[in-house]
Amino acid sequence: MIWNEEKECMSLEDMQELQLKRLQDVVTRAFNEVPYYHKRYSEAEVYPEDIETLDDIEKLPFTTKTDLRASYPFGLFAVDQKEIVEIHTSSGTTGKPTVSGYTKEDLDTWGEVMARGLTMMGVDENDIIQNTHGYGLFTGGFGVHYGGQKIGATVIPISTGQTLRQIELMKDFGTTMLIFTPSYGLHIAEELEEMNIKPSDLNLKVIGFGSESWTDEMRTSIENKFDVPAYNIYGLTEVMGPGVAMECSEQNGLHLYEDHFYPEIIDPKTLKHIPEGQSGELVLTTLTRVGMPIIRFRTHDVTSIKHGKCGCGRTLAKMSKITGRTDDMLKIKGVSVFPSQIEKALLSIQGVEPHYQIILTRPNNLDKIEVKVEASPDIFFDNIKELVGIKEKLAEAIHDEIGLRVTVNLVEPKTIDRVDSGKAVRVIDKREE
Amino acid sequence: MEYLKQLSIFIENKEGRIYNTLHILEDLKVNIRGLSMADTAEFGILRLIVADPVKVKEQLEERDYIAKLTEVIPVLIEDQPGGLNKILKILDDNNLNLEYLYAVALKNSDNAIVLLRLEEMDKGYKVLKENNAPIVDPEKIYSI
Repeated sequence: MIWNEEKECMSLEDMQELQLKRLQDVVTRAFNEVPYYHKRYSEAEVYPEDIETLDDIEKLPFTTKTDLRASYPFGLFAVDQKEIVEIHTSSGTTGKPTVSGYTKEDLDTWGEVMARGLTMMGVDENDIIQNTHGYGLFTGGFGVHYGGQKIGATVIPISTGQTLRQIELMKDFGTTMLIFTPSYGLHIAEELEEMNIKPSDLNLKVIGFGSESWTDEMRTSIENKFDVPAYNIYGLTEVMGPGVAMECSEQNGLHLYEDHFYPEIIDPKTLKHIPEGQSGELVLTTLTRVGMPIIRFRTHDVTSIKHGKCGCGRTLAKMSKITGRTDDMLKIKGVSVFPSQIEKALLSIQGVEPHYQIILTRPNNLDKIEVKVEASPDIFFDNIKELVGIKEKLAEAIHDEIGLRVTVNLVEPKTIDRVDSGKAVRVIDKREE
Repeated sequence: MEYLKQLSIFIENKEGRIYNTLHILEDLKVNIRGLSMADTAEFGILRLIVADPVKVKEQLEERDYIAKLTEVIPVLIEDQPGGLNKILKILDDNNLNLEYLYAVALKNSDNAIVLLRLEEMDKGYKVLKENNAPIVDPEKIYSI
């Protein structure tokens, strides 16, 4: 089923016409109502009337997380605070949090886009959604909640944690949809296994996961453990929250609700648009947000966008799975490489743990990549030949993934800092020394 | 087939690693009956013969080592020129590939024990037996 056939199956021409009208409107409102935009646009000598085509958006300056922080707390609101009915913030782990304010209309839009996504995943008013995303300042919980209520499903607002209680409710209430972050989902799966509860003992039919980076291997593992399909939900607090883009039954990309969020893909170095289908940084503009218009927000997420009719019947822009962050993108021998790609390659080999470090050097002006990987019992043999074989196998898997030759070295367990310790250094770049 | 259980430990080829490992074993009061090291530029395998390899393996794992129990065939050789070659000839005559070997000394004896690791362990054991190679009872080595 399609929640909003008119918008989700619009012809590209009609969509662009709608987008241009909304873009002109949002730029005008932002310029008139928000001092931040007024100042930035005046400095850049670009004015609302300069937006005559969609491509004219390139004339506008970007908005970054730093800009949002500088406007803390309510500097980007385009309406009186009394019109704002809800506030969320980012976690603020790296400084002041960024604030996101919503009017009644904004919450309605949020519910609308999430409703489209849930419908896309085959969920309707008959379903029971157990929402393990946290309710609070984090947008995850409420986003799913509003969407679930819009389609008339039954939402269990349980939040993250209390895993045994989660499992109890899953059984007693007959939960049909679980919403989780991949890592929490895998944790629930572990508990289920320990309690010897099989997927067939549950009433689950679908999983929605998001708000964390993930790999295809993780999805496969989730789908195998719960024995139901799992779909990705993408979003970010600055722009709205979850529901900016969601996966359909085809599982080969996410439909971006471009009538509400205008996407651009730029080269993070030149900051220019790159041709459709090529990978670059996603930049988003809220086309309909009333309380806090966000124009040309640099997400730092790397993806690509394509148009065309999808197997599911929708014509909405299709965004590929996020492959990395521009903040951790490495340029090696001129090739863009993400640590996540290397991790993916390592995990493709049975028994390898995701504990690794990438060391870049430049002997004789040539980039050299060394990847240190912790040995584990599964990849340790009492035989030098086999150990060297494992090294080569890992190097080959990385080469297949990133197209560059690397040297892999095995190191002793627990000698590389853990990610969850918060201080893991994935990349050591010694090239500038 | 009674194989001798040996402890194989993953070790980085870094300053002080063997010393640290042996230091831990000393603290655990583990007496080492035999030892060999196979290495590459970055890492290696430390192979040890100890009285209770199962227990030592657990103790090392508790200390974040990767250790495996592996099997070798202990054969008694005469402590004189050509002693080892007699055994190797049996293997060669039967097209058996040797992965590695190392020797352990016996207290108050004119003989030495050589530990053999073959690509085909079971076949090798049978061939050695058939050719009357003096295979040693593993219990005797654990209790040296």
